[in-house]
Amino acid sequence: MKKFITLFLLLILPLGVSASEGIELQEADIDLSDKVSLQRGAKHFVTYCLGCHSVKHIRYLRIALDMGVDEKKVLKDIAPEGAGIYDQMHSAMNAHDAEKWFGIQPPDLSLIARSRGADWLYSYLKGFYTDKSKILGTNNAVFPDVGMPNVLWQLQGGQKPLYKKVDGKQVIDKLVTEEPGTLSQAEFDRVVNDLVNFLVYVGEPVQLERQRMGKYVLFFILMFVGIAYLLKREYWRDIH
Amino acid sequence: MAQYYAPKNFNFWYFFGSLALLVLVNQFVTGILLTMNYKPDAKLAFDSVEYIMRDVNWGWLVRYMHSTGASAFFIVVYLHMFRGLLYGSFKQPRELIWIFGMLLFVALMAEAFMGYLLPWGQMSYWGAQVIISLFSAIPVIGDELSLWVRGDYVVSDATLNRFFAFHVISVPLVLVLLVFLHIVALHEVGSNNPDGIEIKKNKDANGIPLDGIPFHPYYTVKDIVGVGVFMLFFATVIFYMPEMGGYFLEHANFIPADPMKTPEHIAPVWYFTPFYAILRAIPDKFAGVIGMGGAIVVMFLLPWLDRSEVKSIRYRGGIYKKALLLFVISFLGLGYLGTQPATPAATTVARIFTAIYFGFFLLMPLYTRWEKSKPLPTRLTDQPSLEDRIPALIETYHEITLVKQVTKEDGTTVLKRRPNPAGILNVITRLAKKLKKSLD
Repeated sequence: MKKFITLFLLLILPLGVSASEGIELQEADIDLSDKVSLQRGAKHFVTYCLGCHSVKHIRYLRIALDMGVDEKKVLKDIAPEGAGIYDQMHSAMNAHDAEKWFGIQPPDLSLIARSRGADWLYSYLKGFYTDKSKILGTNNAVFPDVGMPNVLWQLQGGQKPLYKKVDGKQVIDKLVTEEPGTLSQAEFDRVVNDLVNFLVYVGEPVQLERQRMGKYVLFFILMFVGIAYLLKREYWRDIH
Repeated sequence: MAQYYAPKNFNFWYFFGSLALLVLVNQFVTGILLTMNYKPDAKLAFDSVEYIMRDVNWGWLVRYMHSTGASAFFIVVYLHMFRGLLYGSFKQPRELIWIFGMLLFVALMAEAFMGYLLPWGQMSYWGAQVIISLFSAIPVIGDELSLWVRGDYVVSDATLNRFFAFHVISVPLVLVLLVFLHIVALHEVGSNNPDGIEIKKNKDANGIPLDGIPFHPYYTVKDIVGVGVFMLFFATVIFYMPEMGGYFLEHANFIPADPMKTPEHIAPVWYFTPFYAILRAIPDKFAGVIGMGGAIVVMFLLPWLDRSEVKSIRYRGGIYKKALLLFVISFLGLGYLGTQPATPAATTVARIFTAIYFGFFLLMPLYTRWEKSKPLPTRLTDQPSLEDRIPALIETYHEITLVKQVTKEDGTTVLKRRPNPAGILNVITRLAKKLKKSLD
């Protein structure tokens, strides 16, 4: 009987845990083999993010090689003025100023996709809404009271939150467009998705290569198991 | 090894000893390669790991082999220890092997714990902070002791450097020595087997056990097959899921260590979570530390707690089987709870599991004496091997799937396999009945 009680408790436990608060994350469409999306993402990143955030663990050369773009083209189209092909993606903002302006040094984003996950980033970048009580004029539904302004506001326009009540507390249900930006909803989603795609790539540039390689490794090991098994059967023939 | 006679009926559970050795070698080789580019310095460590992942040729592969190897080591060792529980390998005359094995387990935990600090991520840092602060729960000397272990008032560069020294030199030396002693002790008494009877009681005229076969070549060729199958799993993880959903490499560990920012939820890596859950389940901090330590100490006592006349689970009575099943459920349950935030409901369940965990060991002298064991055979028995079971497995596969003809849009018909609910139900009931029967 005790066994069944413990089993039962174990089974119902996840139900209690999964009912968490906060806005639901939207799904990012990650496809690292889409080189064009990665290139757009890299370009958007340099335009909108690199001003404050570095990605110091990647070099422009790596981007050129992995995205199949000519080195000169990377320097001209993607990298900011004055960057060399062997440079890492450093931000021009100095740490001391950043601290003064935002109260915090904007984090390096090399591994942000590995710590936060693609869906979180996608929802976060789309999660800004107008909040006059904040110094920056915006707040974020996914990361409340974040110290980052909505850098994509021109593209996205302004959003306002719709609330719902959960257990007597007001929580944000969803965000709706208040004033339109320069891009349509679908175009803006693609910009954000490209950015997230790029960040996922930057988190582990080797991931496509390792998946390609994995097939051959597994095939080789499978062959090895087959031969090893035949050898074993041959030796064990006389054991009864 | 050609002179070492091993019982001829080793089954699936006997692969994990040689696999543990394989993983140990893997950790040594990849570990040496990693130290060539890793920098044990609080300012450089995190970046040097990323340097290995990106700029060092094949560095990513070496690093993933090492990180996956750490988790694989514990999987293999837990299964190896479970084998001991199944077939009574810890019982007289193999107490010494068990003691060396337990010492190995403790050394392995120390090795893993100190190695986990080295990437200097948030979880590395705060995990170490929490665990070292446990020393301060010890009365009188606690605070001084934890200060001495850390070399600073918080986990810092000094801690990182000494952990590096322990991780790459001292503990590996201890591990190698203990592995040597573990195997020497094994060779002295000979291997146990799934029947739990001594093969040395029946010898031929030359003094060779009748049921024994030379370890080499028979078990070397067999273990190579096991190595291959293990490598299939190992390579799948390395090439397709190196983070293993945040269990092998935790998400929060991709953020550099920040002494000023405590993460909301601190959880150790999965292989420590059963013991961590025990620690949290006990309300008092010092008692919790005792409980956590006790959970390991009590395993050392196993050879003397078990009063059963037989070794193998095959000939034990029903009580031990049920107790072992409960123990496995509670160990896995504790492991799961240790990864989750401690809600009141979770803590209650963790307390029940903790009670079962200790109950399994501490009540063992009673229930193993009560139960009536079955008569032992004099010679090893024949059981279907893995290969013999393949036809039955194929039949089960046919039972749980249905072949359906599907017509595609372009007019061609293809045969597709779909799960068959009735068949699956049948198989599950059969398995449940079999499990219930085997528990008597």
